Amino acid sequence: MTTPLIIEQVLNGLQFGVMLFLMAAGLTLIFGVMGLINLAHGSLYMVGAFAAAAVAGATGSFFLGLIAALAAAAFAGAVVEMVVIRRLYAAAHLDQVLATFALILIFSEGTRWLYGSFPLFLDIPDSLSGPVTLPGGIQYPLYRLTLIGIGLAVAIGLWALIEKTRIGVQIRAGENDREMIAALGVNISKLYTLIFALGAALAGLAGALVGAIQSVQVGMGEPVLILAFVVIVIGGIGSIRGAFIGALLVGLTDTLGGVFLPELFKLFMETGAAQKSGSAIASMGIYILMGLVLIWRPTGLFGARA
Amino acid sequence: MSDVVLETRGLVKRFGALTATDDVSIDLRTGEIHAVIGPNGAGKSTLIQQICGGLVPDVGQVFLQGRDVSGLSTAARAQAGLGRTFQISALCMEDGVLENAVLGAIGAQGASWRCWRGALRTEGLVARAEAALARVGLADQREVRCANLSHGQRRQLEVAVALTLEPKAFVMDEPMAGLGAEGSKEMTAFLDGLRSEAPILLVEHDMDAVFALADRISVLVYGKIIATGTADEIRASAAVRDAYLGEEA
Amino acid sequence: MRVDERMINTVVIAGLLALPLYALAVDEPFTITLVTRAVILALAAVGLNIVLGIGGMVSFGHAVFFGIGGYAMGILAYHAQTFTVLDLGLFTTGGTKMMPVIWLVAMVVSAVVALLIGVLSLRTSGVYFIMITLAFGQMFFYFAISWAQYGGEDGVSIYVRNSFPGLNTLVPIQFFGVCFVLLCVVLFLVAQLQASPFGLALNGTRQSEARAQAVGLNPMRLKLLAFVISGAVTGLAGALFADLNRFVSPSMFSWQLSGELIVLIIIGGVGRLIGPVIGASVFVTLEHFLGGLTDFWHVYLGVILLCIVLFGRGGIIGLLTGQEGAHV
Repeated sequence: MTTPLIIEQVLNGLQFGVMLFLMAAGLTLIFGVMGLINLAHGSLYMVGAFAAAAVAGATGSFFLGLIAALAAAAFAGAVVEMVVIRRLYAAAHLDQVLATFALILIFSEGTRWLYGSFPLFLDIPDSLSGPVTLPGGIQYPLYRLTLIGIGLAVAIGLWALIEKTRIGVQIRAGENDREMIAALGVNISKLYTLIFALGAALAGLAGALVGAIQSVQVGMGEPVLILAFVVIVIGGIGSIRGAFIGALLVGLTDTLGGVFLPELFKLFMETGAAQKSGSAIASMGIYILMGLVLIWRPTGLFGARA
Repeated sequence: MSDVVLETRGLVKRFGALTATDDVSIDLRTGEIHAVIGPNGAGKSTLIQQICGGLVPDVGQVFLQGRDVSGLSTAARAQAGLGRTFQISALCMEDGVLENAVLGAIGAQGASWRCWRGALRTEGLVARAEAALARVGLADQREVRCANLSHGQRRQLEVAVALTLEPKAFVMDEPMAGLGAEGSKEMTAFLDGLRSEAPILLVEHDMDAVFALADRISVLVYGKIIATGTADEIRASAAVRDAYLGEEA
Repeated sequence: MRVDERMINTVVIAGLLALPLYALAVDEPFTITLVTRAVILALAAVGLNIVLGIGGMVSFGHAVFFGIGGYAMGILAYHAQTFTVLDLGLFTTGGTKMMPVIWLVAMVVSAVVALLIGVLSLRTSGVYFIMITLAFGQMFFYFAISWAQYGGEDGVSIYVRNSFPGLNTLVPIQFFGVCFVLLCVVLFLVAQLQASPFGLALNGTRQSEARAQAVGLNPMRLKLLAFVISGAVTGLAGALFADLNRFVSPSMFSWQLSGELIVLIIIGGVGRLIGPVIGASVFVTLEHFLGGLTDFWHVYLGVILLCIVLFGRGGIIGLLTGQEGAHV
């Protein structure tokens, strides 16, 4: 196992982690402010990916595709919030789960209706394809490096939005006391629609960015959604900082576990068995991580104390 | 003192900079009603929570019949003989009155692991529940769904559920809350007779009831007990006057 | 319209028995298989209803137990049909094709796993509980996919349905009979459980945890026992489901299945004894007829589900009896 390989895998883990953060940030914000558990967040990820693939396919421009992804996901998020989600804020968690589960069915099958079951392809733009040479002579794909950069930029932007702006003040106030900020004249339902659309746009962005390295297809959102759940459970529901730390932990655990566990097992097992059991355990690695965190802190790393 | 049933020693609970209870030591003796009064935000709810096990004090202990129960869960304290009622009725609203009382009986008899015979067909449980309902005057309402009870009837049911436990001591959080004048009078009369069975630690805002019932009164202000004594002593206390009427002196 | 709930129970069970008998008379074996499918899904949801409807725990990972039941059947039958040895460390076995043995194994393993998952996830509540059970489901899903010995992603096919003493389980109506009797037995037991002191205590814990504690009940232990019983019932259903299809794959662990089990309960009525049975019957009917009309029937299912959540609390039983179901 060489140092360049380790660095490459760490970068892969980071890249996976920051993309999970884009998903988890929206989920945790929506839960923190509105108290809503949104299973359909993965559908917005899928909407972003499809919009990007369709627009990029039609215009030939990846960047127009990205803008389309942001716009389409934000629009879909705002519409869903106004038509369905709004009625669920006061409802029991079970109702929220079911209604957003229903939304998944509608989104997934609707998309299949429009685009069919075959995956679409979204190509990495020429300007971002190919490897770059990092200090130390390590070759790494430029596109993945760009994803890490975008993810970090979004994280900083979100932090600035919440800590430094008027909207951020309202968001933080909304987490603490809904009636009070309504009394202060903030238009709550507009604020909620805005937050939901923001979360949706981030999910859509993630879908488009990841869509270029994987395929764009129906059902792509749900595995990521569940990983994002794991992230916010580890980080503490409602905490952006927790989502960031959790996302990096999950990204690194999953990527590094898959590579290094089989190697580790080879030290005391024969190769074939080590490969098998190593990857089997690695596939459960993040859930084991989650279990351990919960034993230690049942409300996650940065969650409010119960 | 040998006849102390329930006792707190030096309970301290802080929430950040706020000290909700500050070195609170009170006791409850056989046959008495000991009322705890105080302005809103004085720490009464926090005190009850610490006595019943919902909150862990930063410092101090709780003793029930001389036994340190500080480390026990709420459920274990209930089994040890602490019967409590809630300020806001905590009842099973979807169930009937009888079911609510039977729930108490299940807890009292440790029957919650029986998975077979119907609870409402088990003689021992139903008898205990019906006896408690009869005492608070709810025997006729046994089939009524709890959600359809009047506010006053819910308060009565709260007390009935606590009665099924046959506790060694009662902790009652504003049993008069929301009762009309008539209801308050009935509840006062009922609690009056109950003290000979088990002493009552009574947190209450209804001062008429408190001064009519309490053998002793403790006044809690900003987390501290500023006075303990009989009704007359409390009326005469300068410290209490200060706390309630403002610092006129 | 107000219908007595016991009447509904009787009609549903009678209907569930009559339909396959009619299908037998007019020689439509596929209908029998369809009803068998509904019966098995109902059994799985009856298991889930113990934690969801009585205990108020929204488990979004009950496919774990369904899958464990399936794999218990798949693994035991696989070794029996290939005449290979299953080495369990402490002892070895040649597998089995006997249904009662398979059921027992499915239930015991499910119960043990439910105990472990329960101990961990019941430390939390609310949204955390939902997400954690969902995550455990995924954990088993991915484990099954990487479990190359039993087919990985492709799963395991069993060529001949497992046997039950005295019956020919390959005859649809006989296998239906086995499943139907099991469902009735479990429904009877769950009805007893629901009315028992344990059931009352669990139901009370759902409605007011503070109340349960104040009368000396331990909510955590009550919920844990419910979770274990529930897991065992859903595990049993999983073993039957695998036997119905003569096939088991990681999809039995999928989160969609966990979601569908909840949906079955909501359609029928949360916390109602027969709610899951009605839900499963409606679901299988929709799946069959809507699925026959359009490939995109899930869109309609989604719309129906949204309407039930937004407008129709209490599901079908709630509609018929005029009473809302249990609040979760």
